[in-house]
Amino acid sequence: MNIPQELFYSKEHEWVRFEGNKAYIGISDYAQHHLGDIVFVELPEIGAEFAPMTEAAVVESVKAVSPVFCPVAGKVVEVNEALLDTPEKVNEAPYESFLFAVETDGAGKENLLSAEAYAPLCPEEEETL
Amino acid sequence: MSELKRTPFYEKEIAAGGKMIDFGGWALPVQYEGILKEHKRVRENAGLFDVSHMGEILVKGEEARGFVQSIIANDLDRIGTGQAIYSPICYDDGGTVDDLIVYQIAEDEYFIVVNAANVEKDFDWFCQHAPEGLTVENISSEIAQLAVQGPKAQEVLQRITDYDLSTIKFFHFAANVKLVGSEAIVSRTGYTGEDGFEIYINAKEGPALWDAILDAGKDDIAPIGLGARDTLRFEAKLPLYGHEITKEISPVEAGLGFFIRPEKEAGFHGKAALAAQKEGALTRKVVEFEMVGRGIPREGYPVAVEGKEVGWVTSGMFAPTLGKNMGLAILPKEFTEPGTKIDVIIRGRSVPAEVKKGIFYSKKTKSKKNA
Repeated sequence: MNIPQELFYSKEHEWVRFEGNKAYIGISDYAQHHLGDIVFVELPEIGAEFAPMTEAAVVESVKAVSPVFCPVAGKVVEVNEALLDTPEKVNEAPYESFLFAVETDGAGKENLLSAEAYAPLCPEEEETL
Repeated sequence: MSELKRTPFYEKEIAAGGKMIDFGGWALPVQYEGILKEHKRVRENAGLFDVSHMGEILVKGEEARGFVQSIIANDLDRIGTGQAIYSPICYDDGGTVDDLIVYQIAEDEYFIVVNAANVEKDFDWFCQHAPEGLTVENISSEIAQLAVQGPKAQEVLQRITDYDLSTIKFFHFAANVKLVGSEAIVSRTGYTGEDGFEIYINAKEGPALWDAILDAGKDDIAPIGLGARDTLRFEAKLPLYGHEITKEISPVEAGLGFFIRPEKEAGFHGKAALAAQKEGALTRKVVEFEMVGRGIPREGYPVAVEGKEVGWVTSGMFAPTLGKNMGLAILPKEFTEPGTKIDVIIRGRSVPAEVKKGIFYSKKTKSKKNA
């Protein structure tokens, strides 16, 4: 499982990249792998405001609908519109496929995990039935 | 999860990289290489499905034919020995008990394949209504079932048998096809909208057959999980018990009127109710629709017309081969005309959609396009 060092992670498998007071948010390699083929994304409106870990976007695989949480407090300033037509990019390159970016004061950052702390939440082997 | 039931292919599926899930109490693979890839493979080449969780009930005896006629809503007189027939079975009010396939092995012997989730219910229903002296046997655990589906299905399966598979026509079967040294029932049936076969074989021969098919098929075939089984059946508009047909939704409401034969002489459960529905007493129907706005319709989402909730989505998803978000919904009759504007309520928002007809996948339209 690919877990880049320079990113932060939520326990719900979002990744966050900070650039100044902006935070870019996507879903982790582990999350995309578990969802399977992603065929639809729903993005927030520019200007929408979110408290930490509230639902901000939706990704849908063939079988399932999954919420994407905004891990830090903020106001949406950018959305990745290209994903509306090419949702499969989230599978192919999860860390290059941010869903949206928020302008943030950093609230919620204290609960994010480093790559090292996040790795144990991504077991390679699934429990065998 | 150790209490999950396993099919004879459990070890094979793990070894092939199957992602196992709890499917109605069975450990079965939801996917291998990915649902979209598997879906495409079956539409273009061939796929191997473990469907051993399905139930098999054997009905045998002098009164077998009369009994089967009294249970199924379709007409057994439309087939002969060596043929199979699809039929819903119904309650007296027309609601659906299950849908199944009846194989006529002989005039006095029928092999009936039922949905996994309904094996006990169907078996009880049969026993409840069977006349004395008739043998009704649940042989589900003795039978392994594999499906080989896709345009290359026949070519692949032919590599491991001397039986001329081209002689088995659609919804016909042969009960004595020699495969891996054992005799199997092979029918030209399936649940994908493609050509293909379903194979019933003694459970202990199953794993050898699995290997033989994959070895002979090489790159032309791969195992397929339940995820793609559902997208394939959905895209071909094949009904699924518990969705399009339920205890509350009759097969006529679901658009399966063709398989309901109240004109047959024999009485059967639901005959009067279904006859009335076929003659026009329908108040609601399952219809096809396609999304106009952005969104994937999912089972259970409400459907509204002009702000008023009027029905719900029975099956809906992204149809991979057609590349569209579409579905089936049950709606009051006045909203079932093609062209009717409806809204699917997705996460509290009204997303526009349109009732249509003939938008689902058929391999005939595909071959025309390719010609």
